[in-house]
Amino acid sequence: MSEELRAAAAAGVLSVEQGYRTLLQAIVEVARAIFGARASSIFLLDEEADELVFEAVTGEGSESLLGTRLPSSTGIAGWVLSARTPLVLDDVSQDPRFARDVAEQTGYVPDRLMAVPLLHEERALGVLQVLDRTGERFSLEEMELLGLFAAQAAVALDLLQRARRARAALDGADDELAVVARLAAAVDARAEGDREAALALLSALERVLRA
Amino acid sequence: MSEALPAWSLPASAVDRIGITIDWPDRVTREWAWAGSTGAGVRVCILDSGVEPDHPRVGPLARSLVVTVRGDEVFVDEDAEGDLAGHGTACAGIVRSLAPDCELTSVRVLGAGFTGSGRVLLEGLRWAVTEGFDVINMSLSTTKKEFASVLHELADAAYFRRTVLVASAHNMPVESFPWRFSSVVSVGSHELPDPLAFFANPSPPVEFYARGMDVEVAWLGGATIRSTGNSFATPHLSGICALVLAKHPELAPFQLKNVLYLTATNVGGGL
Repeated sequence: MSEELRAAAAAGVLSVEQGYRTLLQAIVEVARAIFGARASSIFLLDEEADELVFEAVTGEGSESLLGTRLPSSTGIAGWVLSARTPLVLDDVSQDPRFARDVAEQTGYVPDRLMAVPLLHEERALGVLQVLDRTGERFSLEEMELLGLFAAQAAVALDLLQRARRARAALDGADDELAVVARLAAAVDARAEGDREAALALLSALERVLRA
Repeated sequence: MSEALPAWSLPASAVDRIGITIDWPDRVTREWAWAGSTGAGVRVCILDSGVEPDHPRVGPLARSLVVTVRGDEVFVDEDAEGDLAGHGTACAGIVRSLAPDCELTSVRVLGAGFTGSGRVLLEGLRWAVTEGFDVINMSLSTTKKEFASVLHELADAAYFRRTVLVASAHNMPVESFPWRFSSVVSVGSHELPDPLAFFANPSPPVEFYARGMDVEVAWLGGATIRSTGNSFATPHLSGICALVLAKHPELAPFQLKNVLYLTATNVGGGL
């Protein structure tokens, strides 16, 4: 049984993927509210495709952007990802790293932005951006706050990636034990009342198998 | 020193030869530490993304080199690329603004987009330490633990070879190197606009805070931009180190660190 399958079976993982997406969405919404920003987004790095994917978006232009892909070196987000350090710009138009053409394609061109890499262990998983916050000049306290959000988002992003890898392993698995993981997911997906009957059935099956 | 001293013990016959003459004042002040200094004669290495040649904020470079690794072989060659990211030029410009007559050398270990490999970074640092620069500005760090022990050895080697390694703390609460090592001078940011304001931190591992917020820095194409981060605080302290070492070249890194402490804004600074 592969490591992914073991993890999938243990976590009943097929149903949690949506939960992690909801968590990421909550993080951008809270970040937007706390910084009083017009928009906030999280990019996930797709290492195989070498692209950044909009994984959670709130505010200006949010509807259409989810799932949009950009080359991983694009603009401020790309710079922050490779430099692994936050960047704060009070006038993006003055910064040669800003990819205006890409921003225009997204339908929203910010004036000011904060971007922070999502670091988990030794990997850079993505980027959190906060666009056009209101208020005074940016402070170092805000940078620390952004770092705290980034730590939270990085954990959520890591879990989301694990869940997706596990699902991919299950979907493609001809491992005879994959059925166990699928059973766990099916039980987990049932409503509370139905779950008891399913668990009773499985317990009975377990007794038979152990006999 | 004319005659080598024994490395592991001090025989009575060698005591006369181990005399160290530094005239310490009763009180170490900024006046004593660097007043009148322009950094002349001090060799500063910018270990970064390269430095744009002839940038008005940087001026002339002594040398511009690039580090590459192919297999087990390390190459340090003259570099005609300049700076592909802007970051190294920004750091060089800050050092120059504080120590206008210091000698600046660029050692490029990062490429376009501020990307690079840990191995190239290590070899660049190794080369710079061997070369014997007075100050190495390292506005970068690695989170890769596999490099930590070698970086630690190099930082210690620099310390004993009288090379001051001035290293940026990470801007986020993550573990990275080499700034965490006690043999380097580690730097974070404060919010004051004064380039000579710096603070000693009584609660390390970040040992000093220097100007790092909303700094106007040199960037690609002869331009300037405003930027924030420990990357820009670090060369402020490197510049101050260059000023002190130009006036007091006899100071070893631990003594220089003590002078920084005694002249910090929150200790004796401004006196």
